[in-house]
Formats: sequence, C-alpha cells, structure tokens
Amino acid sequence: MPNIEHHYMEGTFPMDMIPKMGEIGLFGVTIPEEYGGAGANYTAYGLAMQELERGDSAFRSFASVQNSLVMFPIYTYASEEQKKKWLPKLASGEAIGCFGLTEPDFGSNPSGMITNANKVDGGYILNGAKMWITNGTLADVGVVWAKLDGKITGFLIEKGMEGFSAPVMKGKHSLRASVTSELIFQDVFIPDANRLDVNGLRGPLSCLTNARYGIAYGVIGAAMQVYESSVNYSKSRIQFGKPIGGFQLIQEKLVWMLNEITKAQLIMQRLGRLMDEKRARNEQVSLAKRNNVWMALECCRLAREIHGANGILSEYPIMRHANNLESVKTYEGTHDIHTLILGQDITGESAFM
Amino acid sequence: MNVLVCVSRVPDTATRVEIGADGKSINNNGVKYILNPYDEYALEEGLRLVEKNGGEVTVCTVGADVCVDILRTSLAMGAEKAVHIKSEETLDSFSVAKNIAEVAKSANYDVIILGRQSIDFDSFQMVSMLGEMLELPSVSMVAKLDINGTLVTGERDIEGGKEIFETSLPAVISVQKGINEPRYPKLPQIMKAKSKPIDARPAIETEKYTSVLSMEIPAKQRVGKILTDSDSDINELVRLLREEAKVI
Ligand SMILES: Cc1cc2nc3c(=O)[nH]c(=O)nc-3n(C[C@H](O)[C@H](O)[C@H](O)COP(=O)(O)OP(=O)(O)OC[C@H]3O[C@@H](n4cnc5c(N)ncnc54)[C@H](O)[C@@H]3O)c2cc1C
Repeated sequence: MPNIEHHYMEGTFPMDMIPKMGEIGLFGVTIPEEYGGAGANYTAYGLAMQELERGDSAFRSFASVQNSLVMFPIYTYASEEQKKKWLPKLASGEAIGCFGLTEPDFGSNPSGMITNANKVDGGYILNGAKMWITNGTLADVGVVWAKLDGKITGFLIEKGMEGFSAPVMKGKHSLRASVTSELIFQDVFIPDANRLDVNGLRGPLSCLTNARYGIAYGVIGAAMQVYESSVNYSKSRIQFGKPIGGFQLIQEKLVWMLNEITKAQLIMQRLGRLMDEKRARNEQVSLAKRNNVWMALECCRLAREIHGANGILSEYPIMRHANNLESVKTYEGTHDIHTLILGQDITGESAFM
Repeated sequence: MNVLVCVSRVPDTATRVEIGADGKSINNNGVKYILNPYDEYALEEGLRLVEKNGGEVTVCTVGADVCVDILRTSLAMGAEKAVHIKSEETLDSFSVAKNIAEVAKSANYDVIILGRQSIDFDSFQMVSMLGEMLELPSVSMVAKLDINGTLVTGERDIEGGKEIFETSLPAVISVQKGINEPRYPKLPQIMKAKSKPIDARPAIETEKYTSVLSMEIPAKQRVGKILTDSDSDINELVRLLREEAKVI
C-alpha cells in the first residue's frame, strides 16, 4: 500500500482512495445492486475487509463504518426515500457516513447514554455529544443513537444541520491514518423522515454484529502482512553466519504465526458461511472478534522481535499495524467485554455488573 | 464490434520458479499462477473498444482445466464470454495458434487482441502466426491504438523509436505494456463472472514443430566490485555510481 506510511505519519486519510474503493464495489458489499451496492455475500465482504486491513486498519475502519454501521442500518431501518437518497451515494463514495454511539462517559455501557431527542412538531430536537467517532468530521450523513422517551432510537444527521458540529480528535498514536471525531449536538432539529425504524439497544447492536464480523476478518490481513514481512526478513537477515530463519527460536515464532493465522482463517470461513445462511449468532461473532484481534496483535509482537531494531522503523509495516490494532482491540466491544458476552452465553450468568 | 482477446496463464512474477523432476517443465508445487500481465492490457484495450463501439469481448485460452481461473478473472474484468480450449499437455506455439485460429474462424471477430508475449515462454509468436493462419493483417507491440470504422491507426514500439502504422479491420494486434491502465475487477462483476458462460472444447490435434528438451535456471553471476578507501577508489566509486549505475 504505497503512501500509507506518509499518511500515517501525517495523520491524514488518503482521500483519493475513497472514489477508487467505491468504484470497485467495496462500499455496500452486501447491499443489493438496485441501491448501488455490490450484491455480494458476507464471505466476499469479509475477504474484502481482510485485503483492506492488510494495507492499513484505517482503510478497513473506513469501510467497516461505511458498510456495516451506515449503509446496513439505512438499508435495514430507513424509509425507501432515505435509502434512495443515501445508499447510491454512499456506495460510490460520493457521500461519507459515520456512526455515533459512544459518548465521553459511556463506552462499553452504551445504554447509559445521555444524548437525547425530544419530539417537536415535524421532527425532533437532539442534544448531547458523541466521542471517538470514525469519519465524524468527513461525514455527510451520520447514524446517531439517542434516547427518545428513555428508549435508544436511531437518527440520520446531515452535515450542515444547524447546531451540529464535528471537530476532529488529535493526538492519537493508533489508527493515525483514520479520522476520529467528536460529534456535538446543540438543539439540532431533525425532521421526522430522518428517524430510523428501530427501538432499543437491538438497533445499534445489529450494526455492531455486522461490523465486528468484518473486523474479525479484517485483522487477519494485518496478521498476514506482518507474517510475510517476518518470513522475508528471517530469510535475508544474517547473524552468526546464517539467516536468522535458520534458528529454532525464530522458526517457532513463524510457526506460531502461521498456525494462529490459519486457525483464524478457518473460523472466518465457517462464520462467513453462517452469516450467509443467516445462522450466525452474535456470540459467535464475539468469539471471532476477540480471538482474531488478539491473535493479530500477538503476531505483531512476534514480528517486531524478529525484525529486531528494524521492527520499529516505518520502512516495515510492523509498528503501524501493532499500533492500529490497539484501537481495534478496544473498539466495537473491548476484548474483555466480549469475554463477558461469551461468559454469559456459556453460564447464563451476567458478569457485567 | 466483436473482440477476441487471447489470454494465458503464467506463473506469478513474484514466484520463484523451480524445474520439475522431468527436467523439462516447471515444478508446479506451491507456484501461484496469474493472468499473463500483458494480456491484462489486451483485455483492457478490448473492453474499451466495446465500451465505445458496442459489441462484446470474448476471451480465449488454450490450456489445462486449471486455466478456468484466469478465464473467470477475465470475465470479472468485463469480458462477456469465454472459450476454453482444453489440453492437459503443454502445446507449442504453432499448436496453440492453430487452435485459436479455429475459434476465430467460427465467429466473426472484428479484431483479435493479444498481449505482446506470455511471460512464461516469451515466444512472441502468437500474433504473427494468427495473422498468417487467418490471412489477416497483424501488428505487434502496439503502444497506441485508434480504431475508427474499419480504419486502424496507431503506434508500435521498435528498437530505439516508434513506428506509426495504419491498417484495416479485421486485424490481429498484440499490445505493449502501458497502452492503457488495466482496471481492477469490480466486486459486482466478480460475482456476475461466476455465471457467465465458458464454452469448453477439446484441443484439436495439429502438427508440432517444437518440443522442449530440457530446462535450466540461469546460473546467477554476481559481478561485484570491491573498492577500498583509498582516494583513487573513492573517485572511482563516484564515477561508477554516476556513469554505470546512474544513481547520482
Ligand atoms: C480509533 C477509535 C475509533 C472509534 N470509532 C467509533 C465509532 O465510529 N463510533 C462509535 O460509536 N464508537 C467508536 N469508538 C469507541 C469505542 O467503541 C469505545 O472506545 C469502546 O466501546 C470502549 O469504550 P471506552 O473507550 O469508553 O472504554 P470503557 O468502556 O470506559 O472501558 C475501559 C476499560 O474497562 C473495561 N470494562 C468496562 N466495563 C467492564 C465490565 N463490566 N467488566 C469488566 N471490564 C469492563 C473495558 O474492557 C476497558 O478495558 C472508537 C474508538 C477508537 C479508539
């Protein structure tokens, strides 16, 4: 992925990639063609995410948001009119979307959110703030979750609405090539037509299940990239008179990576089919996200060691992927939150509170 | 305008090739195969002609069952149909050309486009052989192509310069790298490619004029120069970097 190091260092997203990604069908992968999507299945979606994240998690994050967190809820919960208005533009990349769930004080526990909507004539008045929102500053449309009469409800926010601003968040050491923002709502009027037809935590969770599946597939790409770099490096780096790949300790690291990558691929191949058959359970997606992000981070750590001092240079993709994956481990349900989801599924006992 | 694009399946440029146990073929073990890179230019040129003038692109390959993967790739790039002439045995250029000529005769193609060479055997023969067998004008190494009605004009690369040519349709043309920028297959097209028709037929028997007796990997020769830190060697190093390596 040429130029990504430059964008990572500068903290900018490669904007020229957006129309190109749109053109080859990476936005709206599973959305029917009549709305501009690619009409492909979840297995294809997953593989696309894997290849994007092989480049950089910023591309995959962009695509996860656009596909699973914006186009999916618009396709599933918005009116025909809204679908026609947004989906084709989002598919081509002409419009960019964002997803606002997390708040400064509510991350793992979104049901405590403070952002709220009040019914008025012809629409709703929205107040509150969201934080850590991927593409917030770039977005033309946002799927934002707020409480209406105490129940979580989705709304479509549009760029330029009065009282709405989206300042960029600075100072990240991770996902530097991705734009992360705050969303601030001060008495923003949202027309009736922009309300999504879904109530409760089920709304955002259905989007998250979709996105988490893509993440679980995506991170394999990052792992494959650092593995490949490690194989090449161990064959060419000579110490004590032979390629370091000839030492058992290096071989063990390479074998561990290949082993774990292969297992992750098998999980995703099966989960992809279950998604396509509409039989995947949320907990299965949690298991895949939790395992694969951990696995990719471990691969980065081993790859860093194999590359020695070179491992910290931007000439190699290792630290960039390692740093990116730290965010991926936290967003879309932290590693530990997925442990709790699985623990509850296994035992029937909730350990959240 | 109906276009026939001939494609071949070759080892990936990044693969390290090894000779098989028989000493005259490539060891397929772990080798990744791809659509011949020059054929991507040929296909792109064909697709652009059809986008401008209507009609359709048919791709054709001669090769074993496994070649179906490059046909699907071609269909995903935008070809409408594919013809797969099946032969498990590796045929020589004459035999391949004869087989493609049969396909070409069975339909009225306005233009047949090929890559300038297959990067595996580098024979550069297909375009001339097809021209001869079909009694059509053939132009090789085309770097720029314009087709207006039946008038064909363009540029071809020749040693140390360019040649401007003119001919008429139907014609056989092989294209040079850089004539265009081949498109990436789009996801919806990849999905559609799965259900596009592939017409499979057995290869016809022909005379054979060449057979491979043996294959060898060229021995690697490193011609290193060792220079010391004497002043004259430092001057020599600067001179070499400037004049031979041309990097400074
Ligand atoms: C780069 C980036 C992009 C993001 N993009 C988006 C976006 O586009 N849209 C969006 O809505 N959000 C986004 N997020 C936010 C992300 O989803 C949240 O950061 C995540 O849900 C965790 O919330 P938190 O950071 O508030 O952590 P907290 O919830 O405060 O958690 C802190 C720690 O406590 C642990 N913890 C919390 N509760 C429990 C418990 N019950 N038991 C045990 N341990 C617990 C967590 O596992 C974690 O280790 C993004 C985050 C990042 C870093």
